[in-house]
Amino acid sequence: MTKAIATPRGPKPNRISPGRIILYSVLLIAAVYYLLPMYVMIATSLKDLDQVREGNIFAWPFRAGFDAWIKAWDTACTGLYCEGLKVGFWKSVQITVPSVLISIAIASVNGYALSYWRFRGSEVFFTILIIGSFIPYQVMLYPLVIITRELGIFGTLPGVIFIHSIFGMPILTLLFRNYFAALPVELFKAARVDGAGFWGIFFQIMLPMSIPILVVAVILQVTGIWNDFLFGVIFAGTQNWPMTVQLNNIVNSTQGVKEHNVNMAATILTGLVPLTIYFISGRYFVRGIAAGAVKG
Amino acid sequence: MTATVKHKRRRLGLFRNLSAKIAAIPMIFTTLVVFVGCSIWTITYSFTKSKLLPVKLFTMPVEFQFPLSLFNRSEEGFLTWVGFDYQWNGFSQLINTKFLVGFAQYDRLLDASRNSRWAESVENILFYGVFSLTFSFTVGFILAALIDQKVRFENAFRSIYLYPFALSFVVTGVVWQWMLSPDGIQDAINQFGAWAHIGILENLPFKLMASGETVIFGLLLAGLWQGTGFTMVLMLAGMRGIDGEIWKAARVDGIPKWKTYIFVVIPMMRGVFITTLVIAASGIVRLYDLVVVLTSGGPGFSSEVPAKYVYDYMFARSNLGQALAASTMMLLTVVIILIPWMYLEYGRRKER
Repeated sequence: MTKAIATPRGPKPNRISPGRIILYSVLLIAAVYYLLPMYVMIATSLKDLDQVREGNIFAWPFRAGFDAWIKAWDTACTGLYCEGLKVGFWKSVQITVPSVLISIAIASVNGYALSYWRFRGSEVFFTILIIGSFIPYQVMLYPLVIITRELGIFGTLPGVIFIHSIFGMPILTLLFRNYFAALPVELFKAARVDGAGFWGIFFQIMLPMSIPILVVAVILQVTGIWNDFLFGVIFAGTQNWPMTVQLNNIVNSTQGVKEHNVNMAATILTGLVPLTIYFISGRYFVRGIAAGAVKG
Repeated sequence: MTATVKHKRRRLGLFRNLSAKIAAIPMIFTTLVVFVGCSIWTITYSFTKSKLLPVKLFTMPVEFQFPLSLFNRSEEGFLTWVGFDYQWNGFSQLINTKFLVGFAQYDRLLDASRNSRWAESVENILFYGVFSLTFSFTVGFILAALIDQKVRFENAFRSIYLYPFALSFVVTGVVWQWMLSPDGIQDAINQFGAWAHIGILENLPFKLMASGETVIFGLLLAGLWQGTGFTMVLMLAGMRGIDGEIWKAARVDGIPKWKTYIFVVIPMMRGVFITTLVIAASGIVRLYDLVVVLTSGGPGFSSEVPAKYVYDYMFARSNLGQALAASTMMLLTVVIILIPWMYLEYGRRKER
């Protein structure tokens, strides 16, 4: 926005000024560094095992095929079972969807309460919540094992969903609080005058207005939870291990020949959901990750 | 209005604003029970010689037993589950004064002659942290400044630099593990050398993961690939937040662009730098997934990190007291990072 004001910074630069050439070269070299692993992943996953054995990870596949992808999805061994990544994929879905919904439901109400219905101590709780988000997970890991165990949800899907809902709360609450605080307060006052209560205002006024921030929150949470490894491995239980854990099992198994093409196909499959979200959502993703940084 | 509110609050006390309080129960639970309660629990138990798990393991079905270390692999290399010794003597044991060992766990942790693993973990994370922060700040800032020059395809460049951040550390670890293995980049270079008859390239070694001396650079290469885009985006946001008038003024005064960046823009972005630093640093303290996937802490202990130390002692070696002492040290580190930041934040708010 300020950029628009800053526009007249002199004439449009000549297309072939030496400075510009250096500028674009640096940007392109950096882009190559960032894209190279992606290229290696895709190229390798399309190769057959014979070509993988020849080495040269940068070579383009001669006989491109999706065999490795099918194997990674359907029959690769992730432990005692050889049912491929599809098992982990569905577990990840089962973990991610409820975790995202619950954590956003809680955080949106929190943010709303913190913006319009402050009570004694509410700011203190919020401050602890934000500071708490910096505590290393390792500090809280063991007590949380005990808590989930006592609740009877350790090693189950509800267990890991519970954990994700807790650790998603700080950033999401911050996101919603800042969003609601920026809405015109007259809206709230008018609704109060009309006799609407806490939940009435939330569901009829605030929620319909918070679509943009809901999108940001969903993106943030889906990518975050899908990419999680630590909580999945501890709290979900072996039979519910998410895709990231299964991927690690496939790749780090030492059984037989290393099938790098299958490994790379499995890697792409695991990264596909967050990557798709990232490339579709673009600006919203950036807004989500920058939310933690531009507070105050 | 505030006066009436205060008056009412005094009268109705707890029941005032009840829906909001009910709605905030999950938040109150999280702050008090998880963030405060669990931290206190951990600190307290770090002063015990607790080896057993104070949970009712024996009431659980067998398949719900503990997730053990990722490194207890069976011969096939798959994760295996090893049972625990459940001689649980009840909570009374915890209150027993014999159970308290004072700072013994910390002695054991910090005595480098007896416990080189922790010392190496700390050394590694410090090295990793300093390098990773320096590098990601420098590169992030330069990339942001370059992108800010009204380049064509700005969105494309930004998307390319940031996409690894959307990936899991596991994904990053797997890809780089392979690229940095002898079959990876090294082999590609050697084959190219043989094909082009360039002697140096033919035998050029590039296997960072093979030696304890270089493995940390492999970790850095992967970690920076994933994280630099994030730094860049935050810096770019900071640069875009700077008033355009300042650029105009600098131009009028005939100050070259690079000088404006160094002497005007950087000082103005102090807030962005500090916030980025805090976020990045607390992420570095947590570093775990990447190490597990990329190196498993090896060779030897040369890429061990504190978070992994905690996890291993907690779940694989079931030496809880030691694990909790280590995690308390991690907490202490974060507190040391956070306090100056909070002081600054608080100070800034006061100024406003």
